[in-house]
Amino acid sequence: MSGQVISISGATVRIDLPGLKVGDRVLVGVQRLPGEVVRLHGAQAIVQVFEENRGLGVGEPVRDGGGPLKVVLGPGLLGQVFDGLQRPLPELRRLDGAFMRRGSDPFPLDLARRWTFRPGLAAGAAVAPGDLLGTVREGHLDHPIFARESGEVAWLAAGELPLAAPVARLAGGGELPLWQAWPVRRPRPSRGKQVPARPLVTGQRALDLLFPLFKGGVAIIPGGFGTGKTVLEQSIAKYADVDVVVYVGCGERGNEMAGLLDEFASLEDPRSGRPLMERTIVVANTSNMPVAARESSIFTAVSMAEYYRDLGLDVLFLADSLSRWAEALREISAALEEMPGEDGYPTYLGSKLAAFIERAGVVETAAGGTGSLSMILAVSPPGADFSEPVTQACLRVAGAFYQLDTRLAHRRHFPAINWTQSYSQHADPAAVCFDGDHPGWGEQRRRLRELLQREDELREVAEVVGMEGLQERDRLLMRTAERLRLEFLCQNSFTADAYSAPAATLQRLAAILVEHDRIGAALDSGLTYSEALAREVCDAPR
Amino acid sequence: MRLAEYRYRTVTAVRGPLLFLARVFAARIGEVVTIIAPDGRRIDGEVLKIDGDLVVVQVFGDTVGLDTDRTEVRFTDVVKLAPLGLGCLGRIFDGSFRPRDGLPMFTPERWQPVSGAPFNPVARAHPEEFIETGVSAIDGLNTLVKGQKLPVFTCAGLPARELTEQLLRQARLPAGGPFVLVFVALGLTHFEYQHYARTLAELTGEYVAFVNLADEPVIERLLAPRLGLTVAEELAFAGGLDVLVIIADMANYCDALREVATAREELPGRRGYPGHMYSDLASLYERAGRLRDRRGSVTLLPVVTMPEDDITHPIPDLTGYITEGQLVLSRQLHQLGIFPPIDVLPSLSRLMNHGIGEAHTRADHRDLAGRLYRAYAKGRELRRLEAVVGRDGLLEDDRRMLDFATRFEQAFVHQGAARRTIAETLDLGARLLAEFGQGPPC
Ligand SMILES: Nc1ncnc2c1ncn2[C@@H]1O[C@H](COP(=O)(O)OP(=O)(O)OP(=O)(O)O)[C@@H](O)[C@H]1O
Ligand SMILES: [Mg+2]
Repeated sequence: MSGQVISISGATVRIDLPGLKVGDRVLVGVQRLPGEVVRLHGAQAIVQVFEENRGLGVGEPVRDGGGPLKVVLGPGLLGQVFDGLQRPLPELRRLDGAFMRRGSDPFPLDLARRWTFRPGLAAGAAVAPGDLLGTVREGHLDHPIFARESGEVAWLAAGELPLAAPVARLAGGGELPLWQAWPVRRPRPSRGKQVPARPLVTGQRALDLLFPLFKGGVAIIPGGFGTGKTVLEQSIAKYADVDVVVYVGCGERGNEMAGLLDEFASLEDPRSGRPLMERTIVVANTSNMPVAARESSIFTAVSMAEYYRDLGLDVLFLADSLSRWAEALREISAALEEMPGEDGYPTYLGSKLAAFIERAGVVETAAGGTGSLSMILAVSPPGADFSEPVTQACLRVAGAFYQLDTRLAHRRHFPAINWTQSYSQHADPAAVCFDGDHPGWGEQRRRLRELLQREDELREVAEVVGMEGLQERDRLLMRTAERLRLEFLCQNSFTADAYSAPAATLQRLAAILVEHDRIGAALDSGLTYSEALAREVCDAPR
Repeated sequence: MRLAEYRYRTVTAVRGPLLFLARVFAARIGEVVTIIAPDGRRIDGEVLKIDGDLVVVQVFGDTVGLDTDRTEVRFTDVVKLAPLGLGCLGRIFDGSFRPRDGLPMFTPERWQPVSGAPFNPVARAHPEEFIETGVSAIDGLNTLVKGQKLPVFTCAGLPARELTEQLLRQARLPAGGPFVLVFVALGLTHFEYQHYARTLAELTGEYVAFVNLADEPVIERLLAPRLGLTVAEELAFAGGLDVLVIIADMANYCDALREVATAREELPGRRGYPGHMYSDLASLYERAGRLRDRRGSVTLLPVVTMPEDDITHPIPDLTGYITEGQLVLSRQLHQLGIFPPIDVLPSLSRLMNHGIGEAHTRADHRDLAGRLYRAYAKGRELRRLEAVVGRDGLLEDDRRMLDFATRFEQAFVHQGAARRTIAETLDLGARLLAEFGQGPPC
């Protein structure tokens, strides 16, 4: 079937191709620019074009792209870098050069790449969807291959085979491939959600100790420009104790992506000792790449994340920044002349966001295992004003809120997590888990929070009477609180301190508190503050 | 591809910078048109929107004098292209790439679309080569690297131009070589431009300038930066040169964007600026960078005036969300006679970490910068406290930090027109710290 272009406004194109469904892929114009049907109007469809469409003319032909927009799922996703439409960027670079010219559309996975398949059952076995056929080795993990149809296995591969070849043949003649295609906008099914109960260790002291998250949970990191969202997301991507990380650069800087790729290629995964990139999938749709592809990039990415979750793994999904996705949605909505809601965002922003965030969780997989998908999402509020619609819509569904504070960032207190405003719904039960592994965790955590809170109150007093006017006990408290802030809460991502294991986190905190107690005891025994301090500095080994 | 030029006299309306036409056959989005006014004046335009045979054209020039009867519009079947070639070096053009230095147009070697194409993110090389600007507050604490985009946030009345001129004159590459400069003036007054023009004329290195002054067509302000960047990309990635692009003032670009959006009856966003301003600015700023397999680089230093001195205004706010840091000028420092009045606290070069240290500047750079910053920040914080409790209410140590902050502003940030090498900057910083007992921990 073919039709033609009727009108063009930015990336929004009206066509007259009948028989399409919303969400279908179409190829627009002589250059066959990929697009997605976003609305139908009688025999006409409105299409969002995923590529720069300058030069596209009315009257140019349009073709049906064969069903909804899909992602390809299978071994070989790990270590890869895709754009928002899941085009492999290294391959695109090989074909088109350093700049994203239009046209090339390589298959997301390398079909010729050979995999070693280890059968998990014998020919003759009966299989149903979700049954294990065998595994292939992908980087640090055994990648299970599941049946997606029922039947009797007539033939099963063993040993090396290319991705393109079938891995099994059923008695009826049906073939089971190593890979599959999945509609990006449809969540992958599971046997049901479970209650999250295992902490996600991020290696960030402030988060693990104060606002821990469970695997399967969702946290948002809102903060004004330069407050450290990207650095925090990337640090977590490096050190979190998960099996697979999916990192989406959604409408952000190209240089940041280049930096991340350089670093991940050279760093080791502390858990497996293998290159960090081997457990990572990167989706890069930078701010200057087409807006419609930016909108779809988070769906492309989350489908890949769900795929690895369904293999029974712990997956962490990081997006930087969800605000850029919401803005893409707003641009598309404006082009469709929809009635705008708050700040011009479409009124369905909240529901769309909620549906997306609900794709996180701990699930019982189709194969009967357990997999988790956690999300940590950066949000970029205009003017660092957290009352704006995207932050607020996220807050309604995210369980944890890590608010980055411009004032802290200007003081170079990084990560600039505001410890009074941030929260995690998992904080208390997760602290109990940590306490089980690291006795004293809960108690030290309580003391840290109390000291920080007291400091806030005392600071107000000090602003009136001056530090000289404070009581000696209070001056000690101010001193300890400052140490807690500078030596415990601050964590420079560009030094060896970038990762702090829970045991080291606890130890560092305890050391500061022990010193606090020692000086406190000296004050009790009648020494003045300066005497007590002088003794501490001279005698006590740091 | 259509073979002939198509001419129409079917203008139905003129609204602000937009022209509406009917009964147009097979127009293309982004297609360049030539508009011939009844008095014979020729103006370029670009197709913004097509609905069947109705077309909206954005006019790069004054629409005064256009009418619906006699105005003729010629469709050229091509998108906006920039003429390229080494002949552009040393030349000054207007916002539509016409010579404004009185010399004839150079002979282009080739043409490229002005909108450029995005870098493939995996083809980018991460910026990490130090650029010595000769300004201590930048080189020491907010180091610029090749391929970075670092705006100067200024307020009306502050000497952003003087700082920019200093950078134009002084910026050096690590190997000592000069930059090729691309200078884009957007909506500048004649007075400001005269100063810039003098600086350009005195430059020893190569430059290309695109100049749109305050009384010239507003819409050309949307085009001029794209022309500048297309030329910069060509010089950098085809010519292997290191190019420094300075655009002043991007606030005027944003206002032009708002003007077109309003004429298109787009839904206004914050302060009336269009919702797509982030993407639009990114399409310019992201053209800075380096490539893995090629020499050459594009470094971008836009000047942005913050309306009402407000850093949360959409213009600086969106800019900060796109660029790799910012240099913030301060009214207080300016009033104290400090030049350049760079407030190092809100300023930041995000790529600094990769461009300093043993391999680039000096082994002690990172440590020195950190200690200078912390000491100054502490002093600044204490100034607030001092205002409440008085100097005597402060501890002895704190009084010293107060004095450090003042000394830092007067000796380190302030440098007038002098050029300091990176070694001079770092030595100065170390000396100041030592003076106040903030030497390296033993
Ligand atoms: N944990 C950290 N350790 C050391 N420096 C940090 C840390 N976090 C942030 N920074 C500093 O702050 C700068 C800005 O951080 P980052 O790029 O993450 O900000 P952002 O919130 O992502 O901003 P934007 O919204 O503009 O993208 C970094 O370049 C770095 O200099
Ligand atoms: Mg960021």
